[in-house]
Amino acid sequence: MSVSKNVDWLALRKDFPILDQQVHGQPLIYFDNAATSQKPRVVIEALQHYYECDNANVHRGIHELSNRATSAYEAGRARAARFINARTAEEIVFTRGTTEGINLVASSWGAKNLKSGDVILLTEMEHHSNLVPWQLLAQRTGAKITYVPITGDEGILDLSKLDSLLTRQVKIFSMVHISNSLGTVNPVADLCARARKLGITTLVDGAQSAGHMPVDVQAIGCDFFVFSGHKICGPTGIGVLWGRQELLDAMPPYQGGGEMILSVEYQKTEFKKAPHRFEAGTPDISGPIGLHAAMDYLDAIGRDRIWKHDQELANYAYEKLAALKNIRLFGPKTGRAGLVSFLLNDVHAHDVVTLADQAGVALRGGHHCTQPLMHRLGVESTARASFYFYNTKAEVDRFAEVVKEIQKFFGQ
Amino acid sequence: MFDELNDLYQQVILDHCRKPRNFHELPAASRSAQGHNPLCGDQLKLFLALDGDTIEDISFVGSGCCISKASASLLTEFAKGKTKADVEKMFGRVHEMVTTGKIEGDVGKLAVFAGVHKYPARVKCAILSWHAVMAALHGEVQPVTTENEQT
Repeated sequence: MSVSKNVDWLALRKDFPILDQQVHGQPLIYFDNAATSQKPRVVIEALQHYYECDNANVHRGIHELSNRATSAYEAGRARAARFINARTAEEIVFTRGTTEGINLVASSWGAKNLKSGDVILLTEMEHHSNLVPWQLLAQRTGAKITYVPITGDEGILDLSKLDSLLTRQVKIFSMVHISNSLGTVNPVADLCARARKLGITTLVDGAQSAGHMPVDVQAIGCDFFVFSGHKICGPTGIGVLWGRQELLDAMPPYQGGGEMILSVEYQKTEFKKAPHRFEAGTPDISGPIGLHAAMDYLDAIGRDRIWKHDQELANYAYEKLAALKNIRLFGPKTGRAGLVSFLLNDVHAHDVVTLADQAGVALRGGHHCTQPLMHRLGVESTARASFYFYNTKAEVDRFAEVVKEIQKFFGQ
Repeated sequence: MFDELNDLYQQVILDHCRKPRNFHELPAASRSAQGHNPLCGDQLKLFLALDGDTIEDISFVGSGCCISKASASLLTEFAKGKTKADVEKMFGRVHEMVTTGKIEGDVGKLAVFAGVHKYPARVKCAILSWHAVMAALHGEVQPVTTENEQT
């Protein structure tokens, strides 16, 4: 019996006020969860409560409201540590999101540890957020970037090439946990173990995994793990960088300003230890508070159950689409995460998305911020349906009907 | 299911999207320009054979969505035999039409794009080939992009 039978998934939809609406006269089917998730009422209420009752600047405050704000902000940090099984809350740095987390590591850790001739190892399926910061670092340091290739449209990492790529020159191996364009789930624990044997530092981009499956950074064995709040039912503008304490403590500051200092003189400054060293200026205080509520909400459902539900929907959608003619599907046939990328023959992804929208179905079409991957696959864009626990099989049925109608509209 | 979309995907547009006209390279071209819409991945290349200020022949190649392909196809039909000034004037009218829906003066068959203004995300698709033809007429060598288009 499926684990997901224990959860009343339909009842959970009532926690999301936004889902109960019509778009272009049709019930909204929100299948753009890989871009951002919707927010349950408890998260919206946590933000509202903070602004109505506790709002003040954090740290250094002596008054009651500042104490409340500080303790709520730091409680968010402790919650994030539990969410990914970090050893301590001090290993949690708040960022604006996954992108800033990777930029922070590339700028701070990278500037200190990379030199000309060193190699940065990535994969061919990376999001621009795990490509561009490393390209900027490579330009600054003279390091080179190499890539673990993927197999064709199935988009699985070709690990037969890994031994020849994991050379002594590689200083960091940065990889996506779940591909936002393909739905591939990478074997990050194995990859990190192989890198670790050679003393290579590892970063895992958890933007698509953190809110969808149980994540244990100690079990993965990576050195850095990054994710965004807004993709896991939290607010936009908040994200998490987890790093091993010894690495974070040895890294130079990312930005300078208030909050991150011990003492400042006109000519020199002493910095705080991690994580505060990396949080210059007044932070997004409501962010960790909303994120805290989101993490509580997800773990009350159970991320193991959410993962099963995601996969069931994705497999169901994949089978429905695979039964159609004139369609090209991307990503692995089995074991995929909760999304399906596809192209209809001779119909551009943006035409598909415009038509689907008219039927109330929110998809995404384009390069999904993975242009090099698109070129590797020989396409300019794909259409993508991405699921979360509040989506249903009935919605997938409707989506498949809509795709058939789109084919008819374009004369296929 | 898609009745509301007839404004955007008019029959003329669907026809030009399926069977784009002047869809080939032009060996005799004296000018060419590339248009790129990074958001969609649309890539167009326009070829112009100019005789003074007159467009003797025009063609295009590339890939893109239905709106961008049909727009390029109808542009080539319009521009053949026209002068640089004719095309510049029509660019202004088409730009106004796809961003506001207002048709000023005679735009001929191009009126089918008036519905595009209701779909802000698609304005770039309709205007890409027009930016490219302007670049070709002005002898610009850099590919044009619609990324800075205010929609």
